Amino acid sequence: MNRGLVILALAAAPAWAEPDAAALERLVRQDCGSCHGMTLKGGLGPDIRTGALGHHDHDSLAAVILDGIPGTPMPPWRPLLSEAEARWIATYLLTGGHR
Amino acid sequence: MTPTARLFGGAAPVAQSATPPEYLDQEEARPGFLLGKNTQFRHLLRAAALMLCGALATGAGAQATGDLGLVVERASGSLLVVDQSERAQIGRIEGLGDLSHASIVYSPDQRFAYVFGRDGGLTKVDILAQEIVGRVMQAGNSIGGAISDDGRYVAVSNYEPGGVRIFDADTLEMIADIPTGSKTVGLVDIPGTRFVFSLWDAGETWIADLSGATPVITKVTGMGTNPYDALVTGDGRTYIVGLFGEDHLTALDLWQEVPQPQPILPGYAEGREGLPVYKMPHLEGWALAGHDFALPAIGQHEVLWVDARSLKESGRTAVHGQPVFAIARPDGRQVWVNFAHPDNDTIQVIDTLTKQVINEFKPGPGVLHMEFTPRGREVWMSVRDAGRVMIYDTQSFVKLREIEAESPSGIFFTARAHKTGL
Repeated sequence: MNRGLVILALAAAPAWAEPDAAALERLVRQDCGSCHGMTLKGGLGPDIRTGALGHHDHDSLAAVILDGIPGTPMPPWRPLLSEAEARWIATYLLTGGHR
Repeated sequence: MTPTARLFGGAAPVAQSATPPEYLDQEEARPGFLLGKNTQFRHLLRAAALMLCGALATGAGAQATGDLGLVVERASGSLLVVDQSERAQIGRIEGLGDLSHASIVYSPDQRFAYVFGRDGGLTKVDILAQEIVGRVMQAGNSIGGAISDDGRYVAVSNYEPGGVRIFDADTLEMIADIPTGSKTVGLVDIPGTRFVFSLWDAGETWIADLSGATPVITKVTGMGTNPYDALVTGDGRTYIVGLFGEDHLTALDLWQEVPQPQPILPGYAEGREGLPVYKMPHLEGWALAGHDFALPAIGQHEVLWVDARSLKESGRTAVHGQPVFAIARPDGRQVWVNFAHPDNDTIQVIDTLTKQVINEFKPGPGVLHMEFTPRGREVWMSVRDAGRVMIYDTQSFVKLREIEAESPSGIFFTARAHKTGL
């Protein structure tokens, strides 16, 4: 059997503990994008491109994603996302993965 | 032609009763020609010749626009030109920039579309030629637009810089700038060359009268916290604002000299936990269903019913998720509802008489918009993730056709040209 193929197949298989990057990227674009714009430059919600998030670190941004900002339209995503997924999104936004 | 033949619908009376076009000579055009047989025959010949010339001049490709429409392809910055009767796409227009959350209004002759892009682009499109005929970048971030009742002006509401800008519909030259200092939402046209819009940050509604040399602005304060969208009824009388920051909506009677904000559905969510809203609802002119308005609740999985005359609550319908659009079929007998993430794969249909959900189905993830054919027989639905526009019969709920489209969102038929507030 071709060992290379086996390794490739294993590498391509989903790693169960890891967030599904493609699905999350899509969620950021399409669903965060409902308020923040598909390009994330803002809409009814503020600009969430990297340059506009200077006041956040990974922890604070993940917390905002999970629990929302009461009194504003930013909803808590905890019912829909795990902590690992929220952290993935925070990293994605803070490191400019969207560019 | 004998009088009898004429009575039973010969072609001649129809042709003769039409207003004589200017290019007929005076003798031909005078009303007396009905009397002379000879003149009548000559007139018929002339009419036939003119029709033939017309056919030759426009060619076999002549296309009326009354059953056409445009589908926004949000990610690729393009528009699909669609034909209702054929249930098909007949072309694609590209190069319109960021069309996420784009909307469209039409010129009174249904030939030109004005496309409002999220990136502040205002694009004028000729749907017969299927090409862009004008485009301006008028702001940094915009949310929608409207066209005046006389077709002269196109207005765009902007988030950045906050306000409304008004353009000549022919040239796209800016003729008025109305800064509001706020994100501006819920822009609609009303009779009298007027536009109405609301201020997200200030909780106000402004009425801009463009009928004179300079715009005259009437400001209505105290509309409520964070208006997120608004609608106007087809008669241009009632303007209803949805509020994110209040447990009610607010209505204005625009027929009053000084419209006063009137809270409607006060405390509709009182005592109940507000559910997360993953997408703001839209309010559409297509809200009147029979004698009631059907309105999406915010933070509750409900469609709220309001008596159109008294503005009192007339019922509630529990639905599948946070409603985004609650759109009445043009005859008002049904209301079709789509939902915010994570329920945006589902459609529910509510019967207006019983206010009960009579049908539910799942076209697939990302049902973003619905548009009825003008008399409501079909509904066209954008299913983003499937990359399809799906067409359903609204009587039998049978799917009639799918049309391929790239991440489709808004669907806009040209019949909107003749509706106030759409």
